[in-house]
Amino acid sequence: MPSDTDIAVDVRNAVKRYGDFTALKQISLSIRDNEFFTLLGPSGCGKTTLLRMIAGFEDVTEGAIFLFGDEIEKLPPHKRPVNTVFQNYALFPHMTVLDNVGFGLEMMGRSKTEARKRAGEVLEMVQLGQFSHRKPAQLSGGQQQRVALARALAPRPKVLLLDEPLSALDLKLRKAMQVELKHLQRETGITFIFVTHDQEEALTMSDRIAVMSAGALQQLGEAREIYERPRNVFVADFIGDTNLLDVAVDRIEQGRAQCHLGGGHQLTCDAVEGIGAGANVHMSLRPERLYLSAEPIEVESLKGRVRETIFIGTDTATIVDLADGPQFTIRSSNSTRGNARVFEPGAEVFVNMEQGAARLLVD
Amino acid sequence: MATRPYDLRRYPGFLGITILCLVILYAPLLVVTIYSFNSSPSITNWEEFSFRWYVDVFTGPESDKFKQAAWNSLIIAIIAATTATTIATLAATAVLRAGRFRLRTLSIGLISLPLMVPEIVTAVATLIFFNAIAFERGLMTILLAHIAFCIPFAYMPISARMQGIEATYEQAAQDLYATRRQAFTRILLPLMMPGIVSGFILAFIISLDDFIITNFVKGAGVETLPTAIFGAVKQGIKPNIMAISTLLLAVSIVMVTLSWIIGRKDKTS
Ligand SMILES: Nc1ncnc2c1ncn2[C@@H]1O[C@H](COP(=O)(O)OP(=O)(O)O)[C@@H](O)[C@H]1O
Ligand SMILES: [Mg+2]
Repeated sequence: MPSDTDIAVDVRNAVKRYGDFTALKQISLSIRDNEFFTLLGPSGCGKTTLLRMIAGFEDVTEGAIFLFGDEIEKLPPHKRPVNTVFQNYALFPHMTVLDNVGFGLEMMGRSKTEARKRAGEVLEMVQLGQFSHRKPAQLSGGQQQRVALARALAPRPKVLLLDEPLSALDLKLRKAMQVELKHLQRETGITFIFVTHDQEEALTMSDRIAVMSAGALQQLGEAREIYERPRNVFVADFIGDTNLLDVAVDRIEQGRAQCHLGGGHQLTCDAVEGIGAGANVHMSLRPERLYLSAEPIEVESLKGRVRETIFIGTDTATIVDLADGPQFTIRSSNSTRGNARVFEPGAEVFVNMEQGAARLLVD
Repeated sequence: MATRPYDLRRYPGFLGITILCLVILYAPLLVVTIYSFNSSPSITNWEEFSFRWYVDVFTGPESDKFKQAAWNSLIIAIIAATTATTIATLAATAVLRAGRFRLRTLSIGLISLPLMVPEIVTAVATLIFFNAIAFERGLMTILLAHIAFCIPFAYMPISARMQGIEATYEQAAQDLYATRRQAFTRILLPLMMPGIVSGFILAFIISLDDFIITNFVKGAGVETLPTAIFGAVKQGIKPNIMAISTLLLAVSIVMVTLSWIIGRKDKTS
């Protein structure tokens, strides 16, 4: 358990209401110092609202927010040692890039020369040194993005808030910036709170992820944990691709749950707290943790027939109809070392799963 | 633009109507300008080119009267436009940045309503108001009246400009440790400047040019340029009036051009 001083931002039972619409329902989460923390969720789930409450642009209807142990939710934005990278960048159009980046320091009371010196350093750090005398409108989208980043980093905030900072960039630039951001975070040691609706981006960059939906926290954990052990149907479905199956739990024995799915196929997986015998629930099976064979390999190999084989570059996806049962998608790597056997449509196959691939979900 | 939905120039009579409109709009101005350079005291017969009436404006028997009136007009226009622009800027900030306060819609209506009230009504009302509070008529009454009716004119371009400025700029400033006041002076005000300049110039021209209200509220013996011109014209039109009018026209053109250049420069930055 991290101690209090290791917590950068502590959100306690925060509620946000706009009139009679509740945008955030009792959110509690602790963001650790020095971590790359991501708020992930579909559009409209309240990510921006939560970020703006931390920055000070939205009142907190109920609850409290602490920054390194100090309660801040009543402070105006300019008294909070956090900086924001806005989604549309919001660079000051009438100032040069250098003055934009130096603005925060100047407002903190540093001299103009000192502010400019530090601004120049930070611009070098984001490789924009030679553009410091341009106006923002004379830069490309990717360059503007980096100026916004430099401007927010220049005052050395304790916490940096980033609201979908990469969403306006094209795919290639976005990938490059993901790496650069991650690198900057590690180098500066500043706590990043990053907002995105892109689950792949979240998995790539984050130390920990908070998955949100409809104003509520669905799951909080490390990227791998959220991917491999989703807690509920929403998280399993939202993060990555998965096979979601309706299953009935027959009995629980020694921490294992014996289930059956449509067509009478049997499956055994780890039991999950809160799901007992007789429950009708969902099961998540990640496509890349399943593999195909021509003959049954295990007792629980599931018999089916190949419907379609799809080449997707690095992988091949095979869609299999179980006999009288549901449809499965199985992914296998196309590397020569991988399990490269490709089955033709119509072929009879058996679906096998790796240890721990199946996961029971609460709704 | 390669193709337009419909080409206006192909409509029958387009050219004729255009020319007619231009003639109605500009012929009188053109005639006045040309005849202000006529050497003859007649206002209809052209004799030869001369600056005689311009010299007359500045040195002739009526020159003192006109100089005093022009001076009054200028002082009033500068003070009225400055005050009205300041008030309009603050009003626009309140209306567009203070969130959805109660009576917000009413405030917008109240600010722009005077534009739709017939000027003669405003003139009579202002006069009655000054009489009611026993305010002695003179330069001060003119100035107060001008400030009042210039506000909506200054307000229009300022609020139009401000509507185009996203609130995130000020939020970004506050996020970077600027107080509300610093966010206003360092960010919002510079971004609003083109609108403020347009508002000022519009208010300045409106004030410089006002006749009806001024004529009602001015004290005896106090003249602005428009009332002085009107007074002179009542005794017969002399070409020196045309010279003054041409000078006023030139001032207006310079101001409008200035405002246009400022507006254009802003877009390219
Ligand atoms: N000022 C506001 N007034 C009313 N509703 C708002 C306001 N701001 C946001 N909302 C609502 O709150 C919800 C969450 O919005 P937001 O935090 O922007 O979502 P996200 O950033 O996750 O896409 C949305 O349903 C949105 O419509
Ligand atoms: Mg958002």
